[in-house]
Amino acid sequence: MPLGLIRHGFRGGRRPRRALPPAVGLRPRYDVAIIGAGGHGLAAAYYLAKDHGIADVAVLDKGWLGGGNTARNTTIIRSNYLTPEGVRFYDESIRLFRGLSGELDFNILYSERGHLTLAHTDAALRTMRWRAEVNKHLGVESEMVGLDGLARLCPHLNLGRDVRFPILGALHHKPGAIARHDAVAWGYAIAAARRGVEIHQNTEVTGILTEKGRVTGVETSRGRIACGKVLQAVAGSSSLLATMAGFRLPIHTVPLQACVTEPLKPFLDPIVVSGSLHVYVSQSARGELVMGGPTDPYALYAQRPTLEWKEGLAAPMLALFPFLAEVRVLRQWAGLADMTPDFSPIMGLTPVENYYIDAGWGTWGFKATPVCGKRMAETVAIGKPPAPIEPFALDRFAAFRQLGERGAASVGH
Amino acid sequence: MKILHCPLNGPRNISEFVCGGEVVEMPDPGAATDADWSDYVFGHENARGTVREWWFHVPTAYWFIAERDTGTDEILRTYPASEIFGRVPP
Ligand SMILES: Cc1cc2nc3c(=O)[nH]c(=O)nc-3n(C[C@H](O)[C@H](O)[C@H](O)COP(=O)(O)OP(=O)(O)OC[C@H]3O[C@@H](n4cnc5c(N)ncnc54)[C@H](O)[C@@H]3O)c2cc1C
Repeated sequence: MPLGLIRHGFRGGRRPRRALPPAVGLRPRYDVAIIGAGGHGLAAAYYLAKDHGIADVAVLDKGWLGGGNTARNTTIIRSNYLTPEGVRFYDESIRLFRGLSGELDFNILYSERGHLTLAHTDAALRTMRWRAEVNKHLGVESEMVGLDGLARLCPHLNLGRDVRFPILGALHHKPGAIARHDAVAWGYAIAAARRGVEIHQNTEVTGILTEKGRVTGVETSRGRIACGKVLQAVAGSSSLLATMAGFRLPIHTVPLQACVTEPLKPFLDPIVVSGSLHVYVSQSARGELVMGGPTDPYALYAQRPTLEWKEGLAAPMLALFPFLAEVRVLRQWAGLADMTPDFSPIMGLTPVENYYIDAGWGTWGFKATPVCGKRMAETVAIGKPPAPIEPFALDRFAAFRQLGERGAASVGH
Repeated sequence: MKILHCPLNGPRNISEFVCGGEVVEMPDPGAATDADWSDYVFGHENARGTVREWWFHVPTAYWFIAERDTGTDEILRTYPASEIFGRVPP
């Protein structure tokens, strides 16, 4: 037993540094209340304090910090979308992600792997060529690759023709990356708290207070607070909060499931997605295979995993990587995806004055955490959405100006 | 396997069905404002709790109504659309 270590342990002043300040009571008033301490809400709080000097902010969460979709997602980060508005927006997020570990002084394990979207049909190839052209036009690295290229990029992938849907080619998106989701939430939380933001966990918002069409405060499970502005960033609970504020959303809440296998030696560098087979997989830094598939078939607020989903995932996954048949699944879980009809998010103003919305992130919002936080902070600070997020306004539906991202977002996340 | 009781075919695997969305009344297309109409097309209650929805049994192409709890994933009641058709309470 190393005595030095014991002596070291008894010496004072060596307590681990507290990540967040101890919980305090709610104050009666804040300049800004942010509902939801997921990555999005915490990032918005951080940029409000850092970019706009607004630190009198309370972030309220009914559960624990980052316990919603932020901690349940499969962390795929990419910008190979279909609409120019989407491509530009997600590309800005990638640029923020690249510097984030340094900026937050917190290692988010950002790892650029390359992202392959497999095509098994001519129709899929066509959409991918379209995506590649839109991407290249906007300076985003996306290229079509054939079977030779695929064999080089992902040698373990089954390119045989003896399967129901043989692979014909793929869209290769070099900047495709994964990161540590909890670290993103905690990194933003710590950096925001250092600037004076208060984070209140176990504080459920139960009502939105308005006067003459303008928000004045929120009712919580720990009492009422007054605030000048409110931002809701609650993913699967978006409709419930909007209903409290008195408006409706074009959103369905649907469970989205994922699972991980036992850890394996590193063999899978790129992220592999098959839109036609509705499955995707990447290998985490721990060696686990992180696997996902389609959303559940009907709207639900229950975060329960199902056997049907796991069975539905296994068959196509084995068509891609037959040698995984012996590998065991360690954990399976679900989050609540807030699905919009055009597969684009909703960011900006609402019918209630000073009440802002960040919603409709469905199955694809983790990759937008930095850019959405930054742009929503700007929206809250200035009272008006900046140009890059204007196309994502809630009122696009009333104007029938949807932003169709289905071809790039329905399975790829 | 989750079972749904089809009013026409009896208990079947829920994978044989497709959910058609909330039962809502169509506003009068002649009288509705643009805002009413877009809310009818895109807006959803998306409630947590008891909802009333259209469901479709795919193999027999049969539409009916189901009431279920979206908080607990329980199916509460299924019945033919004729029970409420044309008489949707507000
Ligand atoms: C299985 C799965 C896989 C995914 N994979 C990817 C992926 O690979 N790439 C990608 O980009 N995206 C992915 N996503 C989507 C992504 O996870 C989400 O879009 C994103 O994390 C949303 O972040 P958020 O901060 O807005 O929401 P959340 O992290 O869900 O945070 C919302 C918070 O609001 C709180 N809240 C709710 N109601 C209240 C209330 N009344 N009062 C107070 N607090 C409340 C919740 O407790 C929660 O903590 C995936 C999602 C799932 C479920």
